[in-house]
Amino acid sequence: MTSRPGSAVPTGATMLRPRTEQAERPDELRRFTVAERWVHRTTSTLMIVAILSAAFLYLPQLAEIVGRRRLLVTVHEWSGVLLPLPLAVGLGFRSVRADLRRLNRFRPEDRGWAWRAVRHGTRRAGPAGKFNAGQKLYAAFIAGATLVMVGTGLVLWFPHLAALDVRTGATFVHDWLALVIGVLVLGHIRMAFKDPEARHGMRTGWVGRAWARREHPLWAREETTPEEPAAPDDPGPDKTGPAGADPADTTPPGDRN
Amino acid sequence: MEQRGRDSAGKPVGRRVVLGVLALGAAGVAFGARIQNGLDNVLAEVSSKDPTGLTQLLPGGGGFQFYNVADSIPHRSATDYRLTVDGLVDRPATYTLADLKAMQQTRLVRDVQCVTGWRVPNTEFSGVLLRDLLDMAGVQKQGTAIRFTCFDGVYSESLTLDEARRSDVLIAHEMNGAPVTSAHGGPVRLYVAPMYFYKSAKWLSGITVTSQVEPGYWEHYGYDVEAWVGRSNGRDDAPTSN
Repeated sequence: MTSRPGSAVPTGATMLRPRTEQAERPDELRRFTVAERWVHRTTSTLMIVAILSAAFLYLPQLAEIVGRRRLLVTVHEWSGVLLPLPLAVGLGFRSVRADLRRLNRFRPEDRGWAWRAVRHGTRRAGPAGKFNAGQKLYAAFIAGATLVMVGTGLVLWFPHLAALDVRTGATFVHDWLALVIGVLVLGHIRMAFKDPEARHGMRTGWVGRAWARREHPLWAREETTPEEPAAPDDPGPDKTGPAGADPADTTPPGDRN
Repeated sequence: MEQRGRDSAGKPVGRRVVLGVLALGAAGVAFGARIQNGLDNVLAEVSSKDPTGLTQLLPGGGGFQFYNVADSIPHRSATDYRLTVDGLVDRPATYTLADLKAMQQTRLVRDVQCVTGWRVPNTEFSGVLLRDLLDMAGVQKQGTAIRFTCFDGVYSESLTLDEARRSDVLIAHEMNGAPVTSAHGGPVRLYVAPMYFYKSAKWLSGITVTSQVEPGYWEHYGYDVEAWVGRSNGRDDAPTSN
């Protein structure tokens, strides 16, 4: 069911696939594995179903159109409670765990990145790794918010499990956080809408090198250097790549304009 | 391989954000009741001066939320509408909207309180006291409860006979001075002022006197049958009617 069966099912043995595929695509970089894309696909489907069913339950103008309240409630409850499942399953895959580590860790180049992105735009916020600081913050916030929504949602789903003021509090948190999540998810979709190549990356797993150098230069660099170590004439790629202090020194492009 | 060294260099901000959001959520649950109370007052103030009506969409923004369990809004014109009174009564009857309008009218202005938390202050309903219809039909000795049915074909509600005879239980055909709209349950809906609004069945079409209380639609899904505002469903809202 992958959208590009031609690229997803190559002829070679699975263990060799990344390398051979990479060789076939000199101008592209592998950004997401099949497991990662399925985590994203299932999570986003559940999220959209949960948000839409919430909107039709909550907004009178929409509720009047559809009615069918019991059905909507059931759809909302199940899409919501299943939201953490795709990522939980994804934890069984090394690629998913590796990207989760990247999302979790703020490196020197992330310091102040979000602030600069808000003020000057993402292009002038300085170089980013595989994920920029905005993506890291979004991922973390949505993860935490989803857990809070599941927790408070369960209180509302099974009202007899909690005392009255806990239920009132849970309603308060569920309603307001839903609003925040709605705005953030809309923003997330808007960003994707503006960047076809990012969408292509999430759909197929591959992005162009030029795009990677432009949007995630530190990642593009680290993805290219590991190919080199075989060449002895390269002056110590290990030192220049992950040194940590270097990326911060290359920030000025943001200040130049 | 080289990933390990690089990752350990960074700060686990992601984890901190997740834990922070969880902590905020827990605090919100703990103090939410009090915060929402304060917000309700602010929002009521703001929305009274808000020409766009957008604030009404915010949680606690103070508008009606639309609930419908059927597939679509059922429509019935003023001329097609019929209300039947039957069951354990001496004189079963069917009323048109004109019949109801010709009877003695009662006007109630009370807050509407939904069990999910929203409240619309000072809402006016006018119509016929349910008590009058029951008296005209002549409730038999075995009759102790009322079952209400609706022309959406799905919804139902119930009251005990004593509750049904209260002077704040209306068969309403006007809301805020205008005919009850289809979305609000028109042309005729039940209005049980002292109870949570799910008791006030929309699109009322049948009043049946029964020998015992038959729980209504939401009451099959865990809602209290006795739905006094502030004294049921685990809520402590201020009463809407004495």
